[in-house]
Amino acid sequence: MNLWLVLTINSIAMGGLLFLLACGLSLIFGLMRIPNLMHGSFFMLGAYLGVTFLRLGLRFWFAAVVAAIVLAAIGFGIERLLLRRLSGQALAQVLITLGLSLIVADSCLLGWGGDPISVNTPPALSGFTAVFGAPFPTYRLVVVLIAVFVAIALWVMIDRTRLGAMIRAGVDDPAMARVVGIPVPRLFSVVFSLGAGLAGFGGIIGAPILSVYPGLDNDMLPLSLIVVILGGTGSLLGAFVGSFVIGFLYNFGQVMFPALAYVILFLPMLVVLVLRPQGLFGTLAS
Amino acid sequence: MRITRKTAVKTFAAAAAGTAAQALGFSIARAQAEPIKIGLLTILTGPLAFGGIQCRQGIELFLKEKNYTLAGRKIELLVADTGGNPAGAKTKAQELIERDRVDFIIGPFAAFEILAISDYLIQHKMPTMAMAGAIDLTARTPNPFLIRASATSAQAMYPLADYAAKVMKLKNVTTICDDFAFGYEQVGGFQQVFAGDGGRVIKKLWSPLATPDYTPYLVQIQGGDGVVQGLTGSNPVKFMQQYASYGLKGKYPVLGGETAADDALLKSFTAEDAVGMINSCPYSLTYNSPSNKRFVAAMQRTYDDVPGLNAATYYIYGMCVEEALKKTGGRVDDKTALVKALRSVSLADSPRGPFHFDEYGNIVGNIFIRRIDRVNGKLVNTIVKTYPNVSQFWTFDPKQYLATPPYTRDANPPILAQHG
Amino acid sequence: MKASITTLSIALLVLLPFWLPNVYYVNIASQMLIWAVFALGLNVLVGYAGLVSLGHTGLFGIAAYTAAWLLTHGASQTTAALAALALAVAAAALFAVLSLRATGISFLMITLVLGQICWGIAYRWVDVTRGDNGIAIPSRPAPAGIRLEDPRAFYWASLLVFLLVVGVVYVFTRSPLGVALRATREQPQRMTTLGYDVWLIRFFAFLFSGLISGLAGLSFLYYTKFVSPYALSLSTAAGVLLMVIAGGSGTLLGPVVGAALVLAVQYIASAYIERWNIVLGTIFVLIVLFMPEGLVPGAVQLWRKSWRRVW
Repeated sequence: MNLWLVLTINSIAMGGLLFLLACGLSLIFGLMRIPNLMHGSFFMLGAYLGVTFLRLGLRFWFAAVVAAIVLAAIGFGIERLLLRRLSGQALAQVLITLGLSLIVADSCLLGWGGDPISVNTPPALSGFTAVFGAPFPTYRLVVVLIAVFVAIALWVMIDRTRLGAMIRAGVDDPAMARVVGIPVPRLFSVVFSLGAGLAGFGGIIGAPILSVYPGLDNDMLPLSLIVVILGGTGSLLGAFVGSFVIGFLYNFGQVMFPALAYVILFLPMLVVLVLRPQGLFGTLAS
Repeated sequence: MRITRKTAVKTFAAAAAGTAAQALGFSIARAQAEPIKIGLLTILTGPLAFGGIQCRQGIELFLKEKNYTLAGRKIELLVADTGGNPAGAKTKAQELIERDRVDFIIGPFAAFEILAISDYLIQHKMPTMAMAGAIDLTARTPNPFLIRASATSAQAMYPLADYAAKVMKLKNVTTICDDFAFGYEQVGGFQQVFAGDGGRVIKKLWSPLATPDYTPYLVQIQGGDGVVQGLTGSNPVKFMQQYASYGLKGKYPVLGGETAADDALLKSFTAEDAVGMINSCPYSLTYNSPSNKRFVAAMQRTYDDVPGLNAATYYIYGMCVEEALKKTGGRVDDKTALVKALRSVSLADSPRGPFHFDEYGNIVGNIFIRRIDRVNGKLVNTIVKTYPNVSQFWTFDPKQYLATPPYTRDANPPILAQHG
Repeated sequence: MKASITTLSIALLVLLPFWLPNVYYVNIASQMLIWAVFALGLNVLVGYAGLVSLGHTGLFGIAAYTAAWLLTHGASQTTAALAALALAVAAAALFAVLSLRATGISFLMITLVLGQICWGIAYRWVDVTRGDNGIAIPSRPAPAGIRLEDPRAFYWASLLVFLLVVGVVYVFTRSPLGVALRATREQPQRMTTLGYDVWLIRFFAFLFSGLISGLAGLSFLYYTKFVSPYALSLSTAAGVLLMVIAGGSGTLLGPVVGAALVLAVQYIASAYIERWNIVLGTIFVLIVLFMPEGLVPGAVQLWRKSWRRVW
């Protein structure tokens, strides 16, 4: 197989999965101004719940949607019951998400055991598709399509609906938004729950590629943070572009600079943060 | 803790002797009635937990079978969770040794944990039964109080290389391992024997321990006639799935190290992805020995699970403790004698077959080459060849081996003469 | 009143090896002191400057690795210790230059990335750091001929260092620089208008914080006689931040209480509860919800409330 061709396609494929993971975080970070340190936990929990639903006999796509809904409910609960009590105290909210991530990680160990669990690719999609002559796993291409679909749906929501307008207002200028009468607290609940649901959905969609195992949360959280920082918090376009940039950096970086395998993602991150802290598409409001 | 007539009589006799001995300030008699404490250092939380939990199951199974009594002495097992980090391992080792005053330590199971506490264990002359395969612990910088019943990192790779060269007739392979010491030692060991048999490692790939997507490595597998992997933890599951998804499964056979296809891990794989993998392991579920049959049955009865290398090794440690105590007559006060007894254990019947320890405390025993087959829809390892009496030095001259430098990430190990 | 409480506490701490039941607990106490020093160092930035960092483990680790490398290559204890602290401060300067361009969450992210880059180097630069295997040092230092291998002696040495750091931080907070620093936390724009160089103030605070973190790293190395990349991991960084915030970031002793709490759960509770991670997570969620200023201010408030009720 042609190395560079496959890497290019996989960069795009990985970008798709990263977008599913990071778009929720971008919304949460942008609107609520907190890096949600349990975002990786939402991803992992969605994957584990998906496994259970699959074992109960649900079809794959159905299981993914149900897992997303359950995660959205959990996210709503966390925001309404815990985060809202600390509105305005960003540091405290970050700490709560940190504490909760510990609880979720250990609970998953308790609930599903420590053994890794592999998830079968939906049979219809388990073959290969020729892309410019190179055979590529069909499922990974489908993930990109799903990511694009979700991106479009989110864009429509943010750009064309009232909810989206409120979110945009909240991201641009929270104080003003409140003054204008936007129910910011309720908005926070909606966005946090949406972010959690999207992450959970990403978890089960990614499971046929990544499998599900303890530590998945810690493996995915840095990636989601990197995408959001690079792209700019609160910017959907930023999250989209950032996901693919990171997809390319990851794939090509691991091959071309193996000595820097651990830092290949963090060094460009540092460059962006130092030279352009708002990220590629974010605004300077911080 | 059941009070049988035997223990009651013993206790009474001990108490009588004790009153006399008290006058001399001796507490041996009192010690006889006290349980012998075994400290278990393992990982029960975090990403490595599934391995650590199996370790605990192995030793608990053995002790339950023997009713927590070995060589006439009561046994108490104290379990400590190191959390999978060196400072935690040190603290828990201190808890077991200084606070709880254990007589044996079983564990720890990760290399970075044992390396953090080895000096401390030597300082306290603590008989240690470790799982971690770091080669120099029983070779170039040996811990004189340690025995190891699993294998060194390279020990299971030597027979695999031999099998690859002589049975599978492979000539050029690509290796992929996690980018840390256990990976380097596995590949070094494989290469040393494979090159000695006329083979060549055409490329060495090193993936970070936390790699969500192996694609950047899979695309670099080009040419040759086999892929050798020694991935650890849950990585083999991800790897095999992604390997198959790129159509590589038909192209190059995969050979795995001892962590790549552990019997306890098989249930996690997607069947089609892993079928056919050749792998080597110091333990195999279907090995036909009386004690293994008993062990596997007990494991399934008690934990509803199949054992893998971890559980088997810790079960064997239980057997070693029993043998050692028989040799010292149940006494644990002389640490040097205790370690000597441990190292002199030699059993004909164990879950992995006959074994004994070499002069450095490392096990010499069977290494099984297996092939993953699908039976009734489930994956099983079928033993295709057994290499008996494999030591950490393979068939090299130990002196020659020890004179060579340790395996490193990138260097090619020197080719040593294989005798036999 | 305050002076007598302080004297009593110090006396209790000094006599600790005698009233604790086992030397194992003395070792835990030493660890609590070491982590308390680290938390105090981090608090200079988090509590007094209002800059939350997840990268101080980088400085902690640089000090530990520098000393470890030098000691295993024949350097004397003094050289190793001085070099370690010097390098930690130099690294702190570099971190400061890169991160002080931002505040708030951006600052958090930059420091997070810097810390992770240090972790990656520790893991991958195997020729120097021995990677995952870590570096073990042969012995603890023997200042003025006193061997610190004995747990009690080491405890008293750690106590001395701890009290020294508490004293220095106390003096710092009362100094003009310290007061200015706190002012920059609340009103950075006003400070600039008044003619203060906010960046420079924060820069020096970062160096000070880095020095203390380096000292903690050195103590950690001496205690475990071993250093590995785990000391620079994200879990460690999050852990020490947890200590600062849970204890109370705006106070002097808050981080100390936080350090004691986290270590107590990690090492003592874990012997009795297998799911100690859930316990740790729950404790922090509860502290954040009901005592958001941290344990120390929360406890002080409770004490004052109950005192008032009595009267």
